[in-house]
Amino acid sequence: MVRAYASVVQNVGKFDLALSEGELAVEQLFRQFFEAESSIDVVRRSEPLGYDGPLWTQLCGIGAPAMGARSSIGTSAPSQASESATYGQLVVAAQALGRSLAPVPLIEHWVALFALGDRAPVALIAELIAELIDGARIATIALTPLDASGWWRFVPAGAVADVIVGHDANGGTLLVTGQAPHATAPNHACSPIADRDASDGTWVELDVAWSAVIARWNVLTAASLVGIAERSLELAVEYATTRHQFGVPIGSFQAVQHSLADLPGRIEGARLLTHKAASVSERGNGNQLARMAFLAASEAAAIVTDRALHVHGGYGYAEEGDLQLFYRRARGWPLVAGPIAVGYQTLADDIFGPSPQPRMVLA
Amino acid sequence: MNFDLPESTVAFRDEIRTLIAEHVTAATIADQHRTGTFTAPELLRALGTAGAIARVIPGIGSGDAIDLWLLCNELEIAAVPADDLGILMIVATIIAKIGNEHQRTAILPALLSGERRTCLGYSEADAGSDVAAITTRAVRTDGGWIINGAKMWTTMAHIADWVILLTRTDLDVAKHQGLTMFLVPMNTPGITVQPVHTMGTERTNATYYDDVHLGDECVLGEVNGGWAVMAIALAFERGVLGGTNPGVPLLREFHEWAEQSGAINDPRVREHMARIALDNELATLLTQRAAWIAASGGLPGTEGSMAKLFATEAYQKAAQWLQDDAAPHSLLHAHPADYHARHSPVTTIYGGTSEINRNNIALRHLKLPRAPR
Repeated sequence: MVRAYASVVQNVGKFDLALSEGELAVEQLFRQFFEAESSIDVVRRSEPLGYDGPLWTQLCGIGAPAMGARSSIGTSAPSQASESATYGQLVVAAQALGRSLAPVPLIEHWVALFALGDRAPVALIAELIAELIDGARIATIALTPLDASGWWRFVPAGAVADVIVGHDANGGTLLVTGQAPHATAPNHACSPIADRDASDGTWVELDVAWSAVIARWNVLTAASLVGIAERSLELAVEYATTRHQFGVPIGSFQAVQHSLADLPGRIEGARLLTHKAASVSERGNGNQLARMAFLAASEAAAIVTDRALHVHGGYGYAEEGDLQLFYRRARGWPLVAGPIAVGYQTLADDIFGPSPQPRMVLA
Repeated sequence: MNFDLPESTVAFRDEIRTLIAEHVTAATIADQHRTGTFTAPELLRALGTAGAIARVIPGIGSGDAIDLWLLCNELEIAAVPADDLGILMIVATIIAKIGNEHQRTAILPALLSGERRTCLGYSEADAGSDVAAITTRAVRTDGGWIINGAKMWTTMAHIADWVILLTRTDLDVAKHQGLTMFLVPMNTPGITVQPVHTMGTERTNATYYDDVHLGDECVLGEVNGGWAVMAIALAFERGVLGGTNPGVPLLREFHEWAEQSGAINDPRVREHMARIALDNELATLLTQRAAWIAASGGLPGTEGSMAKLFATEAYQKAAQWLQDDAAPHSLLHAHPADYHARHSPVTTIYGGTSEINRNNIALRHLKLPRAPR
């Protein structure tokens, strides 16, 4: 009855929480790329707009924009990165982007490409999609419907995107092409957010539900927040190990240790949930898991950057320090979608059915 | 990553669900609070007969990473009292890894059959979190050992057939190096059991060992190698073998109460329930990760700590929400909030306190410098 222990490893079923070979390859490529090309100086240089043009051009050079295209779209992009990627590969790439706070709208661009898909009902769009795949033009999505005056408000990457896909209150989809303003209202995270006018838009038919488009933005943004949290914890541990007070490293104090020890589980839980949402979405409806991943990663990033900043003391909040850059993005990147509390109300609707009473209006 | 359950595991889950439906009634679940003994004997026997216990033990089972998690999780989400099963799986896992011939042939099959039970004799009145400071002595004699001492929190001792007993065998070395674990039949002369009743309704025990004579076959692991046995035991106890999904039955009861009372329309209640659902999902994933590592042949020493720390603190928070949202009705014993509010703080203490788990994560995972002592 008692089998050799080593044989068990080979018998492990298909349930597998390790990254696949393809995911590991993309993770390595993007970590190396962002570590080399998106140093913290690049992040600082990009403020206050939150966009670095040369970095985007370099990303185009490795074929990164094309990765967000659906697999059947042809592309002529040079392929150090693959031409189109699995959802799990986009997740690890977005996580690497978050680790480096890379000031490029890669996630929004990928989600817009996903929304437009490979059906090109008019020639204009076919041409446009080719430009998006090359990265010659930048696209984004509007997270909330058009308001009464025909504008999308707080569009993520709206300040630097030439192309915007969004919807109106009746569920119709509009495509706007135009000149990016390259200006943003000064904001918490130095994000390239902007209001955009949709009056010149063209109505388009998507072959995916708008909820699936938002879900994809939720998942990839969650992945970037996991990256922010992961890197912030590394910085905090590094600082706590080297910073001495009272003659010892501050990381030897239990008050500091316990504050940080809560965090790896939060980060790991959010990371696994992000992958699970991606994995389930590839074969069915993962929208509820996507919302969960977004909420979990938003809260994990908020808590981790708060504690990591605190451990750094004055150097955490000094502008010359790096932690404040992570802290502000941990809040600015998710909150462009609206209050976390509204996210929980929507999650409750998903799980328990809609409330028969009108929801409290928070936004 | 792949989150799909293999077909064989889906079939296994259905089998467990059938066994639970056949052998666990509302009375079984209610009985635990009356008796204080968290067991479902008929189900335990049925799981043993079906081979379900043997199937999930790392090293001897199916090797499917997720089976171990699945069994514990199914029992927890059905709110089946099964603390005895969790404990016997810890002991079976240790025997499978490092047990001697006698333990493997005479004791392991009895545990896997679901007919017999074990308990854990680590803690003492003056040695809880600092478990390596225990003073229960084992002294060599001709052909065996004599044990003297006392243990606390020996849950299930009153119905167990064996206890794994952490003893001091060498006084002249550092405290972690002078420990030896024994696997002791509870009917050995010199052992007495006294009940300790708890706020969480579960009965635990104090156990006393007076001139208990044992043969060499009772040594579990190496002489003076007791700390290594503890490392295996704790890695499995924390975050792998159950205790990390009590939020699932809690949410079910929370939802039922909210529907019946009309509180389901209250945005504050809805947010609490949604947060509990999310925490349950995270606790599941962290537990699956620890179980996946364990079933793949690893020792999830810090991953289990992360799962236990997160899950038990989330459970405590959830219990507080339910008790507060449903007040004052929640104060009645008949309301589900009462049990969860009594039981949830216990889970952040037993099997390694939240503080010990944070120490473990800080030192072994984050590699922060050790605190000056």
